[in-house]
Amino acid sequence: MKNGVKIDRNNRVIFVKDLEKSFGELNVLSGLNMDLFKGENLVVMGRSGSGKSVLIKVISGLLKPDKGVVNVLGQEVDKISTEELQALRLKIGFSFQSSALYDSMTVRENLEFPLVRNLKNIKSKEVDKAIEEVLENVDLPQTINQLPSELSGGQKKRIGIARTLILKPEIMLYDEPTAGLDPITSVEINNLINEVQQKYNTSSLIITHDLTCAKLTGDRVAMIVDGNFLTQGSFDDVFNTNDERIRGFYNYNFINDNTNKKLNNFK
Amino acid sequence: MEPNSKQKFIISKKIDEFFIDIYKVFSFISRFFKEAFSPPFEFQEIIKQCYEVGYKSLVLISLTGFITGLVFTKQSRPSLSSFGASSWLPSLVSIAIVRAMAPLITALITAGKVGSHMGAELGSMKVTEQIDAMEVSATNPFKFLVVTRVLAITLMLPILVMYFGFIGMMGSFMNVHANELTSYTAFFKEAFSSISFLDIFSSVLKSIVFGFTVGIAGCYQGYNAQYGTVGVGKAANTAVVVAMFLIFIEEMIIVQFVNAIR
Repeated sequence: MKNGVKIDRNNRVIFVKDLEKSFGELNVLSGLNMDLFKGENLVVMGRSGSGKSVLIKVISGLLKPDKGVVNVLGQEVDKISTEELQALRLKIGFSFQSSALYDSMTVRENLEFPLVRNLKNIKSKEVDKAIEEVLENVDLPQTINQLPSELSGGQKKRIGIARTLILKPEIMLYDEPTAGLDPITSVEINNLINEVQQKYNTSSLIITHDLTCAKLTGDRVAMIVDGNFLTQGSFDDVFNTNDERIRGFYNYNFINDNTNKKLNNFK
Repeated sequence: MEPNSKQKFIISKKIDEFFIDIYKVFSFISRFFKEAFSPPFEFQEIIKQCYEVGYKSLVLISLTGFITGLVFTKQSRPSLSSFGASSWLPSLVSIAIVRAMAPLITALITAGKVGSHMGAELGSMKVTEQIDAMEVSATNPFKFLVVTRVLAITLMLPILVMYFGFIGMMGSFMNVHANELTSYTAFFKEAFSSISFLDIFSSVLKSIVFGFTVGIAGCYQGYNAQYGTVGVGKAANTAVVVAMFLIFIEEMIIVQFVNAIR
């Protein structure tokens, strides 16, 4: 249990078995197995190009697997009909690395979009209430009439998360939630991920290469190397190893942290 | 000189890619028809896109239509006057505008303005994952983005063509009136007497086909854009080039078809 959320180890919300995915001759995922339990935050770490984002896109049905089983909330995403997949997607929130806010719409319209399109009989007062609530939860009520181009990187991430939360998903998929953000904003986003887990009782799959993010948000951490999980467990278990492929990852971040400290001292 | 094996491989690969592209375009078009005629229908978005395509093109169409009518009349006068037939100017201009110039010029302008906009807009949505975001929020992005835009331009282009024709005739009338002092009634009576139902029909048919072509070319290029901002620019550019090329091919085919039944 972390953040006061109980993890139900008997209830798998995502179940991946022997997953393979290639692009041409490039094998990205090769026989990957994964479980995500109800109420759990699972962090998947790995180098750029190791297949982290491909994994999350296969789970959300944006990419089709070449082989293997991808089961989300009891349904195999690559075997169900388009209508069933759309219904399933209402239970999955996807926070994109680039935030992927609709440029031509204001924050209100961005938040309104999934709501009015999926809940046909919803009244305008209910829409307003849901938007207010979700903006309060991400602490950005003042941005309601702004365009995405007027927001900072951190604000975009928050609104991107708010847009997924408005449909009250059971599973959250975060693709590099802290990429490109300053350390303070990164910590705020990490806290938000934990708050989402508590308030919305979500199970989350967090793709990142940020050690701080993994440490702060993960109940369990899995390290992906060459298209498969090399190891998984608690943050300390994963990084208490002599495996160079993991140590190198850790050391790189450690060097960066030290460099940042030196720079701060210099300033 | 005989091509070596590497050159043969490149040629063979290019031919393969060409036929794969053709297959993809036809798949895209067949998906359009499948999605366009299956509920739910995106009426509100279609109306919004009609406004974007139609209303926002009016100034450009007005300007080009007026200048086309005026200049064409001015350029044609010396030839007709040389054998005392300047009274045929309204007939000549109306036939030229209704049969050929209005659909062709309007379609080319629309390909440049709307087709490139569609290619760039959908292309940037694609490379910034906005289309994926739409898909994971349980919205069909093809229906919402592609079907609505293609239907909007297919519906609006015939209206824009008629508007172009009217403004072009007004430009022509101003020139004729300034030179021959012909009245408004006399000018339009003479102009309309030369136009048959088949001329109007072919003009409307062309504009529907051209509109569909511009919409499909723009949306196909944008929806399949790749490689970041470079891909967006390429999508916008290719959308215009392909649409313009196809418009001329279609013009030639439809003219042959209409002349055969005339």
